[in-house]
Amino acid sequence: MAGKIEKSRYSDHLEEIAIIRIGVDVGGTNTDAVLMHGQKVKAVHKAPTGGNVDEGIVAAVRNVLNMSRIAAGDIQAVMMGTTHFTNAFVERKHLQEVGVIRLALPATRGVPPMVDWPDDITAVIGKHHYMVAGGYEFDGRPISQLDEKAIASAAKDMQAKGIWTVAVSGVFSPVNSAMEERAGEIILNELPDASVTLSSRIGRIGLLERENAAIINASLAGLSASLVASFERALTELNIKAPFYISQNDGTLMSAEFVEKYPVLTFASGPTNSIRGAAYLSGLKDALVVDIGGTTTDIGVLVNGFPRESGVAIDVGSVRTNFRMPDILSVGLGGGSLVSQNGKVRVGPRSVGYRLVEEAQVFGGKQLTATDIAVAAGFVEIGDPIAVANLPKSLIRETASVMHRTVEECVDRMKTSAEPLPLILVGGGSILIREHIAGTTEVIVPRHAEVANAIGASIAQVGGEINKVYSYEQITREEAVKNARAEAANQARNAGADENSIEIIDFEEMPLAYMPASAVRIRAKAAGELYLC
Amino acid sequence: MLNVAATTARSLFITVDDLEDLAQGAAFLGTGGGGDPYIGRLMAKHAIEEFGAPEIIEVDELDDDATVLPAAMLGAPTVLVEKAASGEDIDYSVERLAQIVGRRPDAICPIEIGGINSMIPVVAAARLGLPLVNCDGMGRAFPELQMVTFSVYGVSVTPAVIVDEHLETVIVETNDGKRAEDLIRAVAIQMGLSVMISCYPMTGRQVKNYGVKGTLTLALGVGRAISRGRMEGEPIGTLLAYLRSTEYYNHCKVLFDGKITDLRRETAKGFSMGHCELDALDGSGQHMNILFQNENLVARVDGKTVAVVPDLICIVDRETGRPVTVEAMKYGQRVKVIGTSAAPIMRRPECLAVFGPQAFGLEEDFIPIEKLGRPE
Repeated sequence: MAGKIEKSRYSDHLEEIAIIRIGVDVGGTNTDAVLMHGQKVKAVHKAPTGGNVDEGIVAAVRNVLNMSRIAAGDIQAVMMGTTHFTNAFVERKHLQEVGVIRLALPATRGVPPMVDWPDDITAVIGKHHYMVAGGYEFDGRPISQLDEKAIASAAKDMQAKGIWTVAVSGVFSPVNSAMEERAGEIILNELPDASVTLSSRIGRIGLLERENAAIINASLAGLSASLVASFERALTELNIKAPFYISQNDGTLMSAEFVEKYPVLTFASGPTNSIRGAAYLSGLKDALVVDIGGTTTDIGVLVNGFPRESGVAIDVGSVRTNFRMPDILSVGLGGGSLVSQNGKVRVGPRSVGYRLVEEAQVFGGKQLTATDIAVAAGFVEIGDPIAVANLPKSLIRETASVMHRTVEECVDRMKTSAEPLPLILVGGGSILIREHIAGTTEVIVPRHAEVANAIGASIAQVGGEINKVYSYEQITREEAVKNARAEAANQARNAGADENSIEIIDFEEMPLAYMPASAVRIRAKAAGELYLC
Repeated sequence: MLNVAATTARSLFITVDDLEDLAQGAAFLGTGGGGDPYIGRLMAKHAIEEFGAPEIIEVDELDDDATVLPAAMLGAPTVLVEKAASGEDIDYSVERLAQIVGRRPDAICPIEIGGINSMIPVVAAARLGLPLVNCDGMGRAFPELQMVTFSVYGVSVTPAVIVDEHLETVIVETNDGKRAEDLIRAVAIQMGLSVMISCYPMTGRQVKNYGVKGTLTLALGVGRAISRGRMEGEPIGTLLAYLRSTEYYNHCKVLFDGKITDLRRETAKGFSMGHCELDALDGSGQHMNILFQNENLVARVDGKTVAVVPDLICIVDRETGRPVTVEAMKYGQRVKVIGTSAAPIMRRPECLAVFGPQAFGLEEDFIPIEKLGRPE
C-alpha cells in the first residue's frame, strides 16, 4: 500500500499500565485465562471450554484469581478474545436469516447483493434482498433521494417472512452514513425488535465486501446476544464487576455492548492476539511470530508492535470481505501432525488434532506424530520417552530437519527484507522447534508462550479508523489530512481511548487512478490506552 | 437478422465458468492498470445468468459492412468497487450510439482487453443478445481513450456516448481523439467517476483491418494457464509456457524476482503516476525500478531498460501467479515481474507515435523486449 506509515511510540505506553486485568481467550477446545498486574503476568490457566462457554470461563478465571490471591473486586478490567463467531460462520451454525437493504438505485443494479455467495450459506441465511433508491457519489453528492417508502415496505415484507435481522448497505456510506442511519430508523420504526447492522459502521470502501461483512454480522445477531450473555453470566458468577471488553481483528478492544452489535469485528482476532501476546512476552516490536498449534502453524509479522495487515481481499467462509486482518501464512504443521515415510519423510498436513493425548506414541497411542519426534530428539520431555526410544536416529534427524525447513520456508516467504529478524515461538506445538532457523537472528520461546492469545487480549488497546475519499478541489490536502486524523482520533475517543494516549498508528493516502488530481482516498487509524477512571 | 457470416461449425460461448479465468487473464494483460476485474466478473455472471451466455465470434466472421460497437467503462476503478453499473446504462450507451450512427449493431467489441474492460463487453453482449468479437484495440490496457489501434488507423473515437446510472447521457463529438479523451474525462467526474461509454463505431472491415485479433480467448488462455499451473504447483512456469505458444506474447521472460521495497505514487497530468522499487531475492543485490502511469510503462534493472511500453510489464505474486494491480501493490510483496512482447501491430511506428514510450513522456525509443538484456 502506498503512503507513509507513521512510526508509533505505541508499545511504550504498555510500560505505564499498572492496572489489574484478566485476559481470556475463549477457544473451541480450551479457554485460557491470564491475570496481569501492570507488566507482570501473575497467573495463567488453561481449562477445557466444554459445552457451556461460561463454565469454561469461570473455571479458568477462578483458577488465576486463586493462584494470584487477588480478590475479584480488585480486577479493573476483563479483556476477552474469542473465535466463536468465526467458527459459527465458517461452520454455518447458529446463524439467522438476514434481510438485506441496499441504498443505491439506479446504480449497482448489475451486481445485486450476495451474487457470489455459496449456496450452502444462502441455504441458511436466505437471499432476501431489497434494492432501493439512495446512496452517494464519491464526493458525497447523493446518487438519488432516499426512497423511504421502499424501505418501510421492505421492512413489512421482512416482518411477514419472520425476519428480524437486517443489514443495510449504501453506496459510499463510508463517505456519508446519513442515509444508512435514516434507513435504520425507518426499519426500527416498522420492526421495533429488529437487529440492524449498518455497513458504514463495519467496513471500508468497497461496496460488496462491506455489504458482505454487514450481512455476516447480521447473521450472527442471535449468537452474539447469547454469547455476550454467557460472558456476563460468567463474570457475575465470579463476582467481577469490572468493565469487560472483547478484542477485534486489528488488536484493539470493543465494549461488550459494541460486540453484541458487531460480532463480525472479532473475526481474525485469534492470530492478532497471539502476535500481540508474543510481542508483549518477548518485549520485541519487530519480529516474526510463529504460532504452532496441534494441526497448523500460523506465521505472522510483528511491525512496530502490531501485526502486519493483509493487503488483499480475504474470503471468510468463502465470502469475500475486506476486514482489517493480519497477514498470516498457515501451513499444516503442528504437534499432532502425522509423520509418514514413503522414501521421503513427510510431516502433516494430516493431524490427530486434539486426540494427540491418546494417539501419539509417547501417550501410549499408535500414531507417529511430530510430538513423538520432538520427544525422541530430546527437544522436550512429555509422556513416555521410552515409547519412542527405538525410533531410528536417521528418521528422527530427518523429520526434525523437515519441520525446521518448513518453518524456515514460511519465514522466508513472510519476510520483507533479507535482514534477519528475531523469531518468537508460541503455542503448544512450539516444542517442535529447537534449532536455529535460517533468516532469523534468534529463536525466542518466551515464558507463558502457551497462553500468548489470552495475554494478547489483555493488552489490547482501543482504536478508531476512517477511510474516505476526498476531493482536493473542494478542500486542500492539508485540511483533508488534518480532518482524517482528527476523525480517526475522535473514533478512538468514542470507543473509550484515553485522550492523552491517542496516536495515529497508520496513515495512507492513495490517488484514485484514471482521474484528474482531485480525488484521493485517505485511511487513518488511531489507537490509545483504554481509559479507566 | 444478424449481419454475421454464419461459418462457424462450433460456436464458442463465454460461460459463467470461464469468468474467473478470464478475469485473471485480463488482470495480467492489464499490466498493473485497467482496474481489478472482480466487480466486472460479478456483473458478467449476473448478466449471463439472467440473459444467457454470449457467443464469441472471430473477426473473420464479420461482414465487411457489419456494424460493430464497443462497450467500456471509464472512470476510476476504485470508484467502481463502490458504485457498480446498473446494466441498463451499458445497454443504453450502445443503443444510443447505434441510433446516432443510424445502424443496428451486429456485434459488440472490446476496445481494451486488460482489466475491467474485458468484462463490460461480456455484460453488454449478454444483455443485448449480440455476439462478442474476439478482438480488441490493444491486447493489453492503456490509460487514455485514444491509445487504441483503431484510432491510429483513422477510426474516430467519436461520436462517443457517455451514460451514467440515471441514463443521463452526454454525446461527445470532437476533431481528434485526445480532445475526446479530455472532454469525456471531465464529464465522467461530474457523473461520479464511473460511467459507461460506447465509442469508436466501426464497420466489420475496420475491425478486421485494425483490430488486435483473438485477445478475448488469449486473456482466457492466460487465466487458465495460471489456474492450471497453480494446481500443479508451477503457476509461473505454466504461464510462460502458454505465453510462448501465443502469436503476440511469445517473447516473454521473468524480468525480475524480487520484493517491493518502495512505492512512490503521485497524481500528475490527471493520472496515477509512480515508481515501484524492487530488490532481488537471489542476493545478487540487483535492483528494479518500474515506472507506471496506471499501467506499468518501463522496467529497468540497475538503470538499464529491460522492457518498455507498448510491450507488457506484468507483476504477479511469485507463489500463486496472481496478477498484482498498481492499486494492490504493497510494500514487502514478493513478486515476479514478467515481460512480454506486444502484438506486432502495436509495435509499428505509427502506433508507437500514439502509445510508444514518447507518448508517455519517456525520452527513450522503443526497443522490443527480445532485443533487451536478460536472455529469455
